[in-house]
Amino acid sequence: MTIGDIVSATPVSEEGPLAVGPEGAKKIEGRSPWKLAFERLRRDRAAIISLVVIFLIVLMAIIAPVFKHLTGHPPNQQYFDIGLTQDGLPRPPNGTFLLGTDDLGRDILVRIAYGARISLLVGVVATFLTVSIGTIIGLAAGYFGKIVDTILSRLIDVMLSIPFLLFAISLASIYHAGLKIVIIVLAIFSWSSVARIVRGQVLSIREREYVEAARSIGSGPWRIMIIDILPNVIAPIIVYTTLLIPVTIVGEATLSFLGVGVQPPTADWGDMIAEAQNNYHAWWFIVFPSIALLIATLAFNIFGDGVRDAFDPRSDRLFS
Amino acid sequence: MSEAAPTPAAPSPAAQSSNEVLLHVDDVVKYFPVQSAGLLSRSRDVVHAVDHVSLEVRRGETLGLVGETGCGKSTLARCIMRLYDLTSGTIVFDGKDISKMTVRQMRPIRRDMQMIFQDPYGSLNPRRRVGSIIGDPYAIHGLADGKERKRRVQEVMELVGLNPEHYNRFPAEFSGGQRQRIGVARALALRPKLIVCDEPVSALDVSIQAQIINLLADLQDELDLTYIFIAHDLSVVRHVSDRVAVMYLGKVGELGEVEGVYGHPRHPYTNALLSAVPLPDPATASERERIILVGDVPSPIAPPNGCRFHPRCPKAKDLCVHEDPPLIPRLDDPETHVAACHFPVADGENIADSTPEISIEDRVVEEGLVGNV
Repeated sequence: MTIGDIVSATPVSEEGPLAVGPEGAKKIEGRSPWKLAFERLRRDRAAIISLVVIFLIVLMAIIAPVFKHLTGHPPNQQYFDIGLTQDGLPRPPNGTFLLGTDDLGRDILVRIAYGARISLLVGVVATFLTVSIGTIIGLAAGYFGKIVDTILSRLIDVMLSIPFLLFAISLASIYHAGLKIVIIVLAIFSWSSVARIVRGQVLSIREREYVEAARSIGSGPWRIMIIDILPNVIAPIIVYTTLLIPVTIVGEATLSFLGVGVQPPTADWGDMIAEAQNNYHAWWFIVFPSIALLIATLAFNIFGDGVRDAFDPRSDRLFS
Repeated sequence: MSEAAPTPAAPSPAAQSSNEVLLHVDDVVKYFPVQSAGLLSRSRDVVHAVDHVSLEVRRGETLGLVGETGCGKSTLARCIMRLYDLTSGTIVFDGKDISKMTVRQMRPIRRDMQMIFQDPYGSLNPRRRVGSIIGDPYAIHGLADGKERKRRVQEVMELVGLNPEHYNRFPAEFSGGQRQRIGVARALALRPKLIVCDEPVSALDVSIQAQIINLLADLQDELDLTYIFIAHDLSVVRHVSDRVAVMYLGKVGELGEVEGVYGHPRHPYTNALLSAVPLPDPATASERERIILVGDVPSPIAPPNGCRFHPRCPKAKDLCVHEDPPLIPRLDDPETHVAACHFPVADGENIADSTPEISIEDRVVEEGLVGNV
């Protein structure tokens, strides 16, 4: 028979290592999917530029007190004398107030720097919470299936059908509006989409033979979920995380704009934009906080896009 | 091959007697429920993947399991490995009834039974290094840590012919044959008694198939392994097996020593399979008359009455429609060679010339059945 002939004719595996390549002697280094993704990201100019911008925003948030010292203007200090015109209107950008003042005579530049702290803090913390909740629920729903999946999937549907702003406004009016509430509200309303993505991925991965192999050597469900499945869904999770940060930053600004977010006098971009509404003749009042928000959001978005490309080289590019 | 192979210090007396049964599969049934498309209506349909299969595997032997795609070979293998829960039946492995054990109870048992998977690409986690894939069994069963684990993993890698230096590589950096060696190494890590090989060579090209088959054979000699070897390639099975079971639509059609089944096939399905084996010599091949089966494999959701093979069998008669033939020795076969056929094929008989003789009434029954499905 065919195979029989070949089997007896092939002189193999008599003397041990046969699969040893000629390169057996040289130092062997594994090229992990992570390394490959990182390499691709490094070559992505748009992503690197946006990463630099993100770094600058972070730097601005960290060194916000330096702005205070250089200008001599604390963020909440109201300069009724030098910060406002004789009619009590905001002053345009000048030598003392580089980006002008707001309607209470406060330095807009310093307030933008301090506002970056809130935006980044909320953006990162709320996103981290969102992704953690979503990943755990998505993993559980996808891996356990059956009744667990039914319950969690319906829960996801319910969460997606609740109107976000109405709920946020009522929650903020019941409890004290503030940073904590903003973060919790944002996390509660965003985890469901993460959970959906993770669940879908897990559903397909759990049927792979390597998961079956893990079960056949005696891995328990937790070990399989964490060691075998999670590393295979981590790429979409990371991509989604980077794309979620700008959404969260805008979400926080939205809540503050509506007055249910961070409360005055704390410097916050959304809050500044809201106050500027009543001062439409003072263009600097609305333009500079908006530009700050725009740059931050754009930078995170482009970077997230680059991360996605790095993990999946076949996907379409938004910017190149 | 490698002196590193730690054979059990004192093989139990039982291991030496080749007749001792390691694995009893008794009347095992596995049905998969089929979910209907409707949101509220749940259909009761089930796929009869494995339907009352009984067989035994003796210590140290290789039992070949052949059959076409969808006949339940892999499902049976996964039932034996308890990757699936059984619908009914019992599986006794090494004296212990494992058919109703929980995942937790199964864990210590898994040290003694392992599986090699078909797809060398799908069965290795692409995000994990080879060393940690092969080291997994040690980690899960708490047998070795750190340096000791690495040493043992490299030992196994050497045993299966992989370069131990490649410990830190990812599966994507290996060829198909090497990947299958990784799969073999993982299965071997705990020195199991039984290895279920689920089409271990089907995804490999022919020259690599030979390497893996030889590797498995060498390892069997060295480590006293027992194999269940699943394949759809009859010549591979003939080469590696001591005994063979032929499956059709979830049932065993014929079971016996390799010489018996290949030399005196009793079941018409076995005959048809054997006549389809490619022959290397074109002259012999053209002389041979192939048995061409009519129709497709019936749906396992509604398998035929009586003998499952009767709608396609050239020798089918009325009896076959009504009565499922038992798996017993036929004609003058020895006790060890059994077939499930009312009208077994005699040596030298050419069933390509036969035509089915099923009466009109039975055909009506048949078609009525088909109409319901």
